[in-house]
Amino acid sequence: MAVLSFERKYRVRGGTLIGGDLFDFWVGPFYVGFFGVTTAFFAALGTALIIYGAAIGDTWNPWLINIAPPDISYGLKLAPLREGGLWQIVTICAVGAFCSWALREVEICRKLGIGYHVPAAFGMAIFAYVTLVVFRPLLMGAWGYGFPYGIFPHLDWVSNTGYQYLHFHYNPAHMLAVSFFFTTTLALGLHGALVLSAVNPAKGETVKSPEYEDTFFRDLIGYSVGTLGIHRVGLLLAMNAGFWSAVCIIISGPFWSRGWPEWWTWWLNLPIWS
Amino acid sequence: MKTLNKLVAIALPALLLAGCELGSKEQEQVGFRGTAMVQISDPDSKAKVGDIPAPPYELTAEMIAGDRASTAYENVPVLGNVSVDEFNYLMQAMTTWIAPDGSNVKDAGCTYCHNPENMASDEKYTKVVARKMLLMTQNINATWAPHFSKQENAGVTCWTCHRGNPVPVNNWSTAMPEPGTITGKKYGGNTPAASVAYASLNFDPFTDYLAGKDNIRVGGKEFPTAASQAAIQSTEKTYGLMMHMSQGLGVNCTFCHNSNNFAKWEDSRPQRVTAWYGIRMVRDINNNYISALGDVWPANGKGAYGNRRGPHGDPLKVNCATCHQGINKPLGGAKMLKDYPALKGAAPVAAPAPVVAAAPAPAETAAAAEAVKPAA
Repeated sequence: MAVLSFERKYRVRGGTLIGGDLFDFWVGPFYVGFFGVTTAFFAALGTALIIYGAAIGDTWNPWLINIAPPDISYGLKLAPLREGGLWQIVTICAVGAFCSWALREVEICRKLGIGYHVPAAFGMAIFAYVTLVVFRPLLMGAWGYGFPYGIFPHLDWVSNTGYQYLHFHYNPAHMLAVSFFFTTTLALGLHGALVLSAVNPAKGETVKSPEYEDTFFRDLIGYSVGTLGIHRVGLLLAMNAGFWSAVCIIISGPFWSRGWPEWWTWWLNLPIWS
Repeated sequence: MKTLNKLVAIALPALLLAGCELGSKEQEQVGFRGTAMVQISDPDSKAKVGDIPAPPYELTAEMIAGDRASTAYENVPVLGNVSVDEFNYLMQAMTTWIAPDGSNVKDAGCTYCHNPENMASDEKYTKVVARKMLLMTQNINATWAPHFSKQENAGVTCWTCHRGNPVPVNNWSTAMPEPGTITGKKYGGNTPAASVAYASLNFDPFTDYLAGKDNIRVGGKEFPTAASQAAIQSTEKTYGLMMHMSQGLGVNCTFCHNSNNFAKWEDSRPQRVTAWYGIRMVRDINNNYISALGDVWPANGKGAYGNRRGPHGDPLKVNCATCHQGINKPLGGAKMLKDYPALKGAAPVAAPAPVVAAAPAPAETAAAAEAVKPAA
């Protein structure tokens, strides 16, 4: 992966948060930095521990490998390695790797003198993950509430956690999160299609300018959010999807223990009509 | 505008928090770690275990051994074989359980069922009902032991359901027919009904499943075809019944099921077997005791003590909540039956057939499920 000639001018020194000039270098196309090193460390250690967990587990079937959290009875204590301790260390590695990656993004932003939108957006995904495996277990008082690391096992966890509240589709934050996820894909689909329609003209025709794109939506729905605006919309929708996902799980358990349909009885019981 | 913003800023979080249950929760892990099979309840909002009234007096062995009631009283076909002392003891307890003296029940006390001039007379319909209910209670305790812990003296008394009321508070009857017009027609659901824990599911799963014997399991073993009977409507009706069971017992779905595969007995908890028997017990109660009383139940508006039938004219029947009342073990699993031996009933007349064609025998699989260790 050769460096393109014009890329050189963007490879500037400085902007690091930690480590000064020590890790301020590139390996091939990749910027390293202090957080590149920590990302590699945590990711490698976490992956190795998952492989170790599979080795001491029952199966090598990649669908079924299960690194499960400790029993609820361990509370917020450390558990033996084979009884959830592995999950605890893997979780530390995952949080370390994700946060390192975000901070590496910050350093790159600083080098380039651009805004922190990308690490902020990625931070929302980290926030949702940390909510699942750290914040909610802390509020419930047991690491056992984290989800297991494994393809089918984590799906089983999602399913059973939903059925702990009888019917999770009635969770108001889940409703918002799902709506934002769908709207994100809708917006991305429309945006991608619109851009391609303008820059892929028929043979013999010229590429159309953004004015054409705006006009399409003005004709269609009377308004165009604009070339910059659509990216603000996209970021807003996507970050909301992650944010409300985190909210929908943090309220399930720590702030509500019954079926989610029953939560809506506050609406039925409003003094206006009850 | 600024005031409005402030108002919203204050009111919205307050409104959101008002729907919350703050504070720590009671937790019980019921499955392998990481499967999220956990019972979570809020100590403030979960149903309280009801009080149990003390027996009228101590029933000694001598009292139990005394003269038979049939020698002293007329018209005692069900309890003729217990002693006079135990008979009176039970009558007194039943009064406390169903129409306690001093309550605001009309004719509270003995006269709720008896004509004081002639205690043997069956002129009050409530006495005929009470006799059937005694037979029912004996049958439950003798036949449906698999629904209980199988421990000695586990079983029910009148109090388990009645709790001092002539009609148990939790009951059901077939839902009203719906209008044929578009407005007001809800297709059996689309209502935040308490019967299904406020979900928009079919709000009368009871008529087909707890009186009728429709198959509750909707999943098939084969890939569905056009000929498959399982429609989304029957799935929702099953879901509605399960919502009721969860609500009635104060538990969530993972109390019995691993939602990885709801139908699979091997991955279910033994409690599912208990519930399987419970469903059949409730059908037995509704069909062979309550509905079997037929026109003994007065027509609505005609009875001396208020309505005993639903809008369709079918009598008020039982579901899981009738006994359980939000508690997984009714009355906290108290062995109330030990004080009322007359309610234990005879040895099982005929054990119910626990095996249905589509399901493996739950009794066996339950034992197997306990033995099988979940995959690590």
